[in-house]
Amino acid sequence: MPSPLLSIRDLRVDFDTDAGTVPAVRGVDLEVEAGQTVALVGESGSGKSVTALSVMRLMSGRVSGGRIDFRGKDLASLSEPEMRRVRGGQIGMIFQEPMTSLNPVFKVGRQIEEVLALHQQLGPAAARAQALELLERVGIPSPEARLDQYPHELSGGMKQRVMIAIAIACRPALLIADEPTTALDVTIQAQIMVLLRTLQRELGMAVLLITHDLGVVAHFAERVNVMYAGKIVEHGSVRDIFKRPAHPYTRALLGALPDPSVRAQRLEAIPGRVPSPAQLPAGCAFCARCKHAFEPCPDRLPPLFEVEAGHRAACWLHDAAPRGSC
Amino acid sequence: MTTPAETALPNAELLGAAETPFQQVWRTFRKDRLAMAGLYVLIALIALALVGKLLTEWWVVFDPTTVRLPDKLRPPFSHASSALAADQVPPLGVYPFGTDELGRNVFARVLQGSFVSLSVGIVAVSISLVIGVTIGGVAGFYGKRKLGPFGIDSLLMRFTDIVLCFPTFFLILTVVALLPPSIYNIMAVIGMTSWMGTARFVRAEFLSLRERDFVLAAQALGLSEGRIIFRHLVPNAMAPVLVSASIDVAYAILTESGLSFLGFGVRPPFATWGNILADGRNYIFDAPWLFAIPGCAILMVVLAFNLVGEGLRDAMNPRLRKRAS
Repeated sequence: MPSPLLSIRDLRVDFDTDAGTVPAVRGVDLEVEAGQTVALVGESGSGKSVTALSVMRLMSGRVSGGRIDFRGKDLASLSEPEMRRVRGGQIGMIFQEPMTSLNPVFKVGRQIEEVLALHQQLGPAAARAQALELLERVGIPSPEARLDQYPHELSGGMKQRVMIAIAIACRPALLIADEPTTALDVTIQAQIMVLLRTLQRELGMAVLLITHDLGVVAHFAERVNVMYAGKIVEHGSVRDIFKRPAHPYTRALLGALPDPSVRAQRLEAIPGRVPSPAQLPAGCAFCARCKHAFEPCPDRLPPLFEVEAGHRAACWLHDAAPRGSC
Repeated sequence: MTTPAETALPNAELLGAAETPFQQVWRTFRKDRLAMAGLYVLIALIALALVGKLLTEWWVVFDPTTVRLPDKLRPPFSHASSALAADQVPPLGVYPFGTDELGRNVFARVLQGSFVSLSVGIVAVSISLVIGVTIGGVAGFYGKRKLGPFGIDSLLMRFTDIVLCFPTFFLILTVVALLPPSIYNIMAVIGMTSWMGTARFVRAEFLSLRERDFVLAAQALGLSEGRIIFRHLVPNAMAPVLVSASIDVAYAILTESGLSFLGFGVRPPFATWGNILADGRNYIFDAPWLFAIPGCAILMVVLAFNLVGEGLRDAMNPRLRKRAS
């Protein structure tokens, strides 16, 4: 098997605070193959965004361990100018808040042209033509007029389209989408996701989709990583995760989704709350909220057990070694 | 790619009438009568200074250094006496602002001085803007980084505080006394002692701008930090800086006038408002126009710059802008 486009091995990220060192990411393994859509799912504070920003080396925390390889190259070994060529050139990124991710004092066109001039050394005229084509490509009506507008003249959905146009301007091999639809209206969310999928197919890029919206995951992702308290707790194909969730946390997440076929249904909230990263138990971080918690859970950290081919879960329930009844 | 929801939106052509940020500020600014009056005065003065520069340099009858002893201490609007040589007669034979104790044409001297005052003000403030924006920007953007045991932010801002503690005017006096008297030295010295306010404004703006999403987005696009600071953040921080700059120009002009008045400014045969005023001081009761005219000129410029600055501050404040429209 060729090496994957992006491979994260045992990534650990700490934040140094006045109260001491707080681990935000505690050993994450993640792989993205070229052209693949991989989802990273989890609640707020589970470390999804920190993981994504670590790939870009744009995170304020401290990477205390692990290795991130992009196209077989260790990103940590790149110099800052080399890293700048990767950002925007080979890895594009879009963010949660399209309203504030564009610079308010510059026209939209200029912001697209800037990236093109920077990474592809295009002259002003060529960059403008390319920017126009990009706006057309992301489905913005009357792109010619939009080029000369300021961000505040565009709606949220339009701005996210512009952000996507900027992110794909240099045809990156990987697009990191950090909650791209969270801040948008439901109708616009679907449009943006359809657009992302279309572009992904046309450009053959891989997408690392970070979200807490399982509906989006079910429709767009091929592989899913469920993250909880800084660790990947379950990893598998979309079908595995949705049909046969193996980790109690994944099951609870799916149980919290409304089912449109059932009227007046009571949604299953997950009891308790995400533990603070400063006070994590020695064992499984989910055990305090888990219905199935048993003897090894609070004390020993479960490794990822293979549930079936390509489907792994970090839960003692799946420990293949016989350990009595559970 | 276009979906029904989007085609229902108004066309971009209709939206095209929306204002640029500059137009928004201008629309509010225009409603402020005092600020507009200040702006007109400034435009007139700048035009006058440029014309005056040309006239006093190139037109012999306008030469502000021509000495006409028969016509000394004439009041404003008096006619030139017939005893003068042909190339000494002022234009139209009238001294609009009178003459001084050597019979020099005060109008020509004030014109020459207006160019000096405005250029000192503008150049000095430009210098202070460059220093202030750089120091404030670096302190605000890189504040958290350490340089030895201290943060960059604390180092730069404590340095700013130290410079702020100097009694600026006396520092300028000392430096100007040591340096050869030249208008360029004065511009540089005023500029280098007046950047502290700008640095503090810019730092404060940068501290909040740095956390905005578009900075992260720009970094994710591979832009270098220098480019992010100077091309993306500085334009966003310009509003308070412009306001303080327009008021700083007034201070720089006042400082230059003060220096010239004390005799540390531009060398005497060359006229500035400050040294006309200083010369006129000896004849307060005999020839009041000698101090009143340059004094009024200084007052007008300083007032105009302050009015424009206040108008800009109101126009650039989004909350006030809404109320005004």
